[in-house]
Amino acid sequence: MSAAAHVRATGHGQGGPASKRIVVGYGFWLFLLSDIVMFSAFFAAWAVLARSTAGGPSGRDLFEPSRVAAETALLLASSFTCGLSALATRARSLVWTELALLATGLLGAAFLVLEAQEFAGLVARGAGPQRSAFLSAFFALVGCHGLHVAAGLLWLGTMMAQIPVKGFRATLERRMLCFNLFWHTLDIIWVGLFTVVYLLGAGA
Amino acid sequence: MRAEGPKGVAGSRTPGRLALAAAAVALAAGCSKGVLDPAGPVGRDEASITLNALAIMLAVVIPTLLAALGFAVWFRAGNHRARRRPDFAYSGRIELVVWSIPLLVILFLGGLIWVGSHSLDPARPLPERPGAPTEEIQVVALDWKWLFIYPREGLASVNEVVVPAGAPLRFQITSASVMNAFFVPRLGGMIYAMNGMRTTLHLQADAPGAFEGRSAQFSGDGFADMRFTVRSVPPAEFARWAAGARAAGPTLDAAAYAALARQSRGVAPFTYRGVQPGLFEQVLSQALPPGPGPAAGQHGGS
Amino acid sequence: MLGKLTWEAVPWNQPIPLIAAALVLAATLGALAFVTATGRWTYLWREWITSVDHKRIGVMYVLLGLAMLLRGFIDAVMMRSQQALAVGHSAGYLPPEHYDQIFSAHGTIMILFGAMPLVVGLMNFVVPLQLGVRDVAFPTFNSTGFWLTAAGALLVNVSLVVGEFARTGWLPYPPLSETAYSPGVGVDYYLWAVQIAGLGSLINGINLTTTILKVRAPGMGYLRMPMFCWTALASSLLIIAAFPVLTATLAMLGLDRYAGFHFFTNEAGGNQMMFVNLVWAWGHPEVYILVLPAFGIFSEIFSTFSGKPLFGYRSMVAATLFICVVSFMVWLHHFFTMGGGGDVNAAFGIATSIIAVGTGVKVYNWIFTMYGGEVRFETPMLWALGFVFTFVIGGMTGVLLAVPPADFLLHNSLFLVAHFHNVIVGGVVFGVFAGIEYWFPKAFGFRLHERLGKAAFWLAFTGFWVTFTPLYALGLMGMTRRLQHVDVPEWRPWLYVSAAGVVILAAGALVQAVQLVVSIRRREALRDVTGDPWNGRSLEWSTPSPPPAFNFAVLPQVQGLDAHWRAKQAHLAQPADKPRYEPIATPRNTATGVVVGVFATLMGFAVIWHIWWLLAAGFVGAYATFVVFAWRDRDEDEIPAREVARIDRARLAGLRARETRA
Repeated sequence: MSAAAHVRATGHGQGGPASKRIVVGYGFWLFLLSDIVMFSAFFAAWAVLARSTAGGPSGRDLFEPSRVAAETALLLASSFTCGLSALATRARSLVWTELALLATGLLGAAFLVLEAQEFAGLVARGAGPQRSAFLSAFFALVGCHGLHVAAGLLWLGTMMAQIPVKGFRATLERRMLCFNLFWHTLDIIWVGLFTVVYLLGAGA
Repeated sequence: MRAEGPKGVAGSRTPGRLALAAAAVALAAGCSKGVLDPAGPVGRDEASITLNALAIMLAVVIPTLLAALGFAVWFRAGNHRARRRPDFAYSGRIELVVWSIPLLVILFLGGLIWVGSHSLDPARPLPERPGAPTEEIQVVALDWKWLFIYPREGLASVNEVVVPAGAPLRFQITSASVMNAFFVPRLGGMIYAMNGMRTTLHLQADAPGAFEGRSAQFSGDGFADMRFTVRSVPPAEFARWAAGARAAGPTLDAAAYAALARQSRGVAPFTYRGVQPGLFEQVLSQALPPGPGPAAGQHGGS
Repeated sequence: MLGKLTWEAVPWNQPIPLIAAALVLAATLGALAFVTATGRWTYLWREWITSVDHKRIGVMYVLLGLAMLLRGFIDAVMMRSQQALAVGHSAGYLPPEHYDQIFSAHGTIMILFGAMPLVVGLMNFVVPLQLGVRDVAFPTFNSTGFWLTAAGALLVNVSLVVGEFARTGWLPYPPLSETAYSPGVGVDYYLWAVQIAGLGSLINGINLTTTILKVRAPGMGYLRMPMFCWTALASSLLIIAAFPVLTATLAMLGLDRYAGFHFFTNEAGGNQMMFVNLVWAWGHPEVYILVLPAFGIFSEIFSTFSGKPLFGYRSMVAATLFICVVSFMVWLHHFFTMGGGGDVNAAFGIATSIIAVGTGVKVYNWIFTMYGGEVRFETPMLWALGFVFTFVIGGMTGVLLAVPPADFLLHNSLFLVAHFHNVIVGGVVFGVFAGIEYWFPKAFGFRLHERLGKAAFWLAFTGFWVTFTPLYALGLMGMTRRLQHVDVPEWRPWLYVSAAGVVILAAGALVQAVQLVVSIRRREALRDVTGDPWNGRSLEWSTPSPPPAFNFAVLPQVQGLDAHWRAKQAHLAQPADKPRYEPIATPRNTATGVVVGVFATLMGFAVIWHIWWLLAAGFVGAYATFVVFAWRDRDEDEIPAREVARIDRARLAGLRARETRA
């Protein structure tokens, strides 16, 4: 699109096509909304199957509140460092951006390690996803979130490699924006997850 | 109404042909022993609701189609008598009518739907007359045949269910494997059969006769063979049949059930002289496990 | 090394799929040979395969959809003929194992690989032009979405000859679709083909929504958008809200099949009813995803071919958004017979009838669009009138089925089959053909042969009614769907009539193909010189046919609805002073889309056959492709102002020719 078309348009029709930053951010929001819909389907399955323990262990028998608390702390902290990386990007500081991203990645990885430990422990106790519908729903919902975190780490690593090489050009700034949105959304979903699954589920 | 216009335009859309087609369909369907030829009160009420709903809607649909055709033909480019109104793009009055007509239809239909869904709920018992108590029949859908258990009479049958005419029938239905649907078109509507779950359907055959039944939910390669017969007989004959069935034939115990649960098609009707008590409940609770699927080694790798 | 894949996967002992595969292979090789012989590989690669231009991608979507429509139609011919033959003692020529795959493939292909690409392709082509802009919001993403859809289509077709397809129907209800009762690879082919294509659809939904809401010409407020853009928006919003549910549900079934989970199994607490609920929570919005753009196409056609603005534009917008929202509240009407009880069934039955209000409003607005107009019966208008007749009757049978006691009698019968074909064929397929006839000149620069187009319409219309009216009767007579053979002799004559109808439809398809061939050969005589062959009202008709890559040399300033019509009335096409041309940045072509599509196909095939190393390799390859794309330094080319000026002057010359002619 020609430069003349990039006016301070809001898309409500008066100025023509919106700027790339708005368009990219908007589109990525729509993707995040679609992702939340997908999580909703898994949440719905959880709600339906939460009591289908097939004579096996239930949430009260299996969930470890301290582990969940640690995971929450790690993820929230990684959201904080992610926000720092956004500020560092705005300030065009390569060092601080990389450090903040590294911290985000390490905290996220630690979260995944704790979660993998939990899964392995459950499987070892005979409470794997094949045991009952309740456990299937648990592993799928929590695992789906974990997969998103893993994908985010892959993305983060790629960007950490790319920023030193390419610098803070417009495309990378937009991608940092998107990554931030993604990471914070995963945090929001985690809040929903630990509330509905671990806190409410342990009471069942 | 003789519709003029560019050649061929009016052809297939004359109202005469529409009405004729509708009549032909209804006539043929009515004569051919289907859902519009009910043999019991449930089927009768469901069929009449269907036709009432159809009538309500045709009252709106036919004028709408006539208007569509009429405007298209009258306002065709070659018609010099038509008054052109090239800026006519809004009219509050027309909008009001245009939103109101569908809303009114929906109001009528909504009432029909609310009342009908409750009065014809499959689980709703049918009124009993003295001497015609509700007959309990338990149904298990298997791959690919139907098992009928008579808890009161203490016997069972496969692919044929004999029932007393004029008495309400309560079918308690489950499946041994995959989802099916229990359907006897001439007696009334259907309900799903699902493993681990019980659905209830009330039907009644007013007079003696034989009625085709089948599964109406696709359940695999033997699905087309999954037919059964409902034979409605006078109550005295029903008692005689039950006594005769108890006199001969195999017994339905866990082992016989396991054999029956294996996949097979085109099973000829037969009866069991006795049923292990609580067998149906064991199928329901999965104490008797769901039926096995096809043998391994199917085409395509497994 | 190759997972479960062995030589036995190819159906050496079944002539029908072998012959079909041989024909497809021959056709493909023939096409490849033709391209090689005429030296067109560079052209094909540069202009089409790596194109990120929405017009090219739109055309490729439509071509894919038409090819799959044909494949689905052939499946239908086999189904109708089998049922006509297999009455009484005859077993027909398709054993159940085969027949069950054919009807499953028919539904899956028609909806997900035929209708979806056709509708999405038309939206892709037309919407940016109607909005007065240069492309969609995310052009490379657009290309990726297309190639993912193509990958899914490829996987479905590969199942014909390597392995088998699902034998469960187009929605694989458990427990039948679980490993216990479907141990083969059929359901897996379905799962991964649909997941991959579903990703493509989601990409499209995001792209079009962002475009319509954030990328419009200056002055084009929401209430100045053409009606087709509104319906495209509603459809795209539905895609974003509904497809993720399908993704999740099929993932759950996949976990059951691959990892022994118990979402829907009979054992360990699985819940088959949950699958039915989830899948129809997607499935019902899906049909509105398909039909809303068709409604939009008809809005354009009714107004253009009546020479009048669309009647009741605002209430049309309201009705569209109304349908969009309510389509999420009716899903249970697909399983009234599951035993939900009086309250539940009644609530959803009433909600379903309410949605008919929105559609009814639209029908009346179309009718009043004709009122007072000058109605021309060219081919697109014939499709539109055929649609009104067909779709209204189909909608009526739908509202009939929304009455639960009626549905108890007719669920899963041929009456149901006739109903949904009535609305999908009458609505979506008629809409797509109307749209193709209407916008073909814009896309390719010459018109389609008019008389052959009319003949194709009449054959399709007649063929449809001859095929499906008997099915309504058969449903009322108690015939259930999906029967491989039939035991009631009274049903035979109706099955014969229906099979005859299919012959008429086949003739229609043939005439449609002949129309295309004849039009290409006579394209000079059919050339569209003015860019506005129908005297249209919206902005796409202000561009040349075909439009240049950048669509508009200067983005139009929009002052009202029917922007192109206003400009024509005010002779604004001939501005007094010369427009100021500036260089135009265009997104660069890239192979990202097609390469990702290739890796997606490989990954799908790998997971179906449990070839885990190939799955890993495919994932690495796909991610590497993404990284390569993300690493590029230049993502735009620039067309110099002088070039823009040159192209635009040719457009102005064409306009002058039209003005003097008029």
